[in-house]
Amino acid sequence: MSGATSPLPVSGEGVGERAILGSAGEGHLGATGVSAVPTIIGTDQPRLESVAKVTGQLEFVDNLELPGMLHGMLLRSLVAHGRIRRVDASRARRLPGVYAVLTGADLLAMPIDPYTGPAFKDQTPLAIDKVRYVGDPIAAVAAVDRETAEEALELIDVEIEELPAVFDVVAALEPGAPLISERLVPAGTFADLIELIGGEDVAATSNACFQYKLRRGDVEQGLRRADRVFTHTFSNPPSQHADLEYHCSVAQWTGGDKLHVWSATQSPSYVRIMLSNMFHLPESHVRVEVPYLGGGFGSKLYMKLEPIASILARAAGRPVKVRLSRREEFLTITKHGLTAELRTGVTNDGRILARDCRIMWDTGAYADIGPRVTHKSGYTSAGPYDIPNVRIDSFSVYTNKPPAGAFRGFGIMQVCWAYESQMDIIAKEMGWDPVEFRLRNVLREGDVQATGTTVSSMGLADCIETVADAIGMRGPRPESPPSDAPHLVRGRGIGCSMKAVITPSAAEATVQMHADGSISILTSAVEMGQGSDTLLSQIVAEELGVRMDQISVVHPDTDVTPYDLISAGSRTTFHMGKAVEIAAGELREQIWPIAAELLDAAPAELVAGDGRIWAVSVPDHALTFGRLMTTRFGMRAGTLIGNGIFETHHAPTDHETGQSENVTAHWLCGATAAEVEVDVETGKVRIVDLATAVDVGKAINPFACRQQIAGASIQGTGPTLMEEIILSDGQVANPSFVDYKIPSFEDLPGRMQPLIVEHPHPDGPSGAKGMGEAGIFAIAPAIANAVADAVGARVPNLPLTPEKVLRAIRAAQQDGQR
Amino acid sequence: MKHEIALTVNGREHRLTVESQRTLLEFIRDDLKLFGARESCGMSLCGACTVLVDGVPVSSCSYLAARANGKTITTVEGLGTPDNLHPVQRAFIERGGFQCSYCTPGMILMTTCLLQENPHPSIEEIKDYLSGNLCRCSTYEDIIQSVLAAAELV
Repeated sequence: MSGATSPLPVSGEGVGERAILGSAGEGHLGATGVSAVPTIIGTDQPRLESVAKVTGQLEFVDNLELPGMLHGMLLRSLVAHGRIRRVDASRARRLPGVYAVLTGADLLAMPIDPYTGPAFKDQTPLAIDKVRYVGDPIAAVAAVDRETAEEALELIDVEIEELPAVFDVVAALEPGAPLISERLVPAGTFADLIELIGGEDVAATSNACFQYKLRRGDVEQGLRRADRVFTHTFSNPPSQHADLEYHCSVAQWTGGDKLHVWSATQSPSYVRIMLSNMFHLPESHVRVEVPYLGGGFGSKLYMKLEPIASILARAAGRPVKVRLSRREEFLTITKHGLTAELRTGVTNDGRILARDCRIMWDTGAYADIGPRVTHKSGYTSAGPYDIPNVRIDSFSVYTNKPPAGAFRGFGIMQVCWAYESQMDIIAKEMGWDPVEFRLRNVLREGDVQATGTTVSSMGLADCIETVADAIGMRGPRPESPPSDAPHLVRGRGIGCSMKAVITPSAAEATVQMHADGSISILTSAVEMGQGSDTLLSQIVAEELGVRMDQISVVHPDTDVTPYDLISAGSRTTFHMGKAVEIAAGELREQIWPIAAELLDAAPAELVAGDGRIWAVSVPDHALTFGRLMTTRFGMRAGTLIGNGIFETHHAPTDHETGQSENVTAHWLCGATAAEVEVDVETGKVRIVDLATAVDVGKAINPFACRQQIAGASIQGTGPTLMEEIILSDGQVANPSFVDYKIPSFEDLPGRMQPLIVEHPHPDGPSGAKGMGEAGIFAIAPAIANAVADAVGARVPNLPLTPEKVLRAIRAAQQDGQR
Repeated sequence: MKHEIALTVNGREHRLTVESQRTLLEFIRDDLKLFGARESCGMSLCGACTVLVDGVPVSSCSYLAARANGKTITTVEGLGTPDNLHPVQRAFIERGGFQCSYCTPGMILMTTCLLQENPHPSIEEIKDYLSGNLCRCSTYEDIIQSVLAAAELV
């Protein structure tokens, strides 16, 4: 169980074990006052918004209604690839209750730049010349209600000339394959994507929109010198985030030049910049607000519905809400499918000498953030190992499928599936223990990673040992099969992985102290369930000594909250955590001198905690922060403000070799060990024990860390065992929870062990690092390796459905009989 | 076709005219502005829109408003308020049984029904009873702990 063994403290109580200071009144503590400083970092804290969450009062975008608000809906292509010949919306426009009907041609007639995309400007809110997948939006309607909008969609006539389509990533790379995007125009938005090639006048020649190359040592020579070389191909299909809250955006124009958008997005700062580009407005005229998110997992990144909601609102002259359905979620963004070919050379003494990786990412009809997924996961596509000779060729490839973008782990889950599956095959063939083989090769402090960047503050070896011991991998094997159920065979497996955090990046925060000493944290970090509000409050409470119940977090509102890159990629604890720590420190610099004067002490002698501040030598005389503010302003008035900016920098990777002495601000990492039970008569896999360890640097809120590790692990069992978008001629055949199953209570592991490892990072707040993704990295190979350990059969393409496992068992049995 | 109906929601009586195809979820959200029940699949498969009709949990996304004529509806807002939390709500806070909380109202309403039928359920019984309620954050383990804690409080 991931839960703490004792209940969470109620808000405000939860200071550390040295909790102090009773109910002493203003200004003075009793003679028994304690001078120890309470610590709130490292303590289990309930979420600040807990009461709103259990009473159903939490604000989601879909709750928002504005006076005169219309409802927008989209007409989607039924053709996978085709040229738009005619769109006739005249009948729809005449339907009573319809305020606006727009087509791609209308976008061209508007004073906007309709081309968007975080990597390439390859997507428009409505298809203009071509449709590129089944589900590509062709027209949009804004009407008084959803029923009227739906009726209007049915009145739009569309004529499309079908073009040859390609759905397979390997076929899409072949010469003569239908070309999906005719030109590649880099978006120029993110500093780490400067390597994208193309331009307005450059015609695309292939469906590969991006290639990441890494060259280290001499891979061919390494393979020649190896004692054994292993060649395997692994793949996984696209899957879907299935965050329970649908995408939803509301847009409203004021005075023709001010745009106000409320959106379920993980990237409010990015959305503001992109809407400012689209409508040629100053950023100050675009306001993006985000309440809470009902999950994200990468699906709500970059721009999704914000452009079409804004354009419809502009055309209709009224606020417009656009909200998707579950079916449309599957047509909007997916997790990348991948095909990975690995050639690995090892020596008889258990070292990996060379690894050659050729990886094809299926980015679908529009690149979305596919090139960055390709690039970032490219760094570690050879695994978290010290390998002297590495070659990586990783391609982001267009196909006529729904676009693929970010998903928790940003590609690491997919590449880890490949390299950690192969690690186990190698270990078995060579007769090595899979745990020791990994420990022998894993990157350790001071090693140089394949990109040329030195590894520091990464406790992956510790994670591997932790999970291996947690399920007893080095102990005696479980009785398998048990005598009373000879068809149930058990096995154990392990996997591990590392990831570079998005670099460079910037996070900014403002911390305000109000007249009564209470605090507002202004941040564009998005609270989507990961617990960022509570964590950021803990950091500020620790820095200033205020109580948790004195703090309120102001949610993203780009008119008010400063810039943050995105809430993704396990960034928030490390980056925004550091920004609020710096901001709180700046506030501290303003407050401490006031207290020093009142307490007749040097600022360095002051300590603060539980909402009070005192001189370390006079613990029985403490002041509240309200008292300090009253002293500063001479009345109950004023706001003191601290600002924090935390930036990380990188050295760009070389275009030909992928080398850089500094690709990342820090590495995050995790390992998983699984024990499974396979029913050899049905192929059904049951997870008996699942242990995942993540190096969090420092657990600021250990309960929340364990909850995220357990959540990531269980979420990861979905694409491992059951989740797969099934396409039939490019059409998603299972776009609902009827046919696309995600893990439920019935699918839980027999035991879930979320484990915290702490190797502090000097730049993180209190040593903390990013961790939200690391729990999902190695779930699939750990389970597949356990299945192989149990039944001697391997399925190289996810998910491990009973049918595929059973076929693999039968094939292995036939091989054994030959 | 329109129907004149009367129903009680969280102790308050409502009389209204509804179209045949209008769902109970649409009525609760759009007319009553109660946002605890949420759509996430539209097919009675995820449990996010769960409400109680005469004490029985239903998926309000697929339950026609007209069918609720004469019935008593309880949503999570009617179970407890911030000033007066229901013991199940308290248990979910104490055991941290949520992350994004999109599924939480459904989980909490199901738990109240479970505990009425079975005051001290086993972990297997909890999993079985709640199996129609999905949590994509996969907070399942902490939800189970919350239900066990609620059994002690109710």
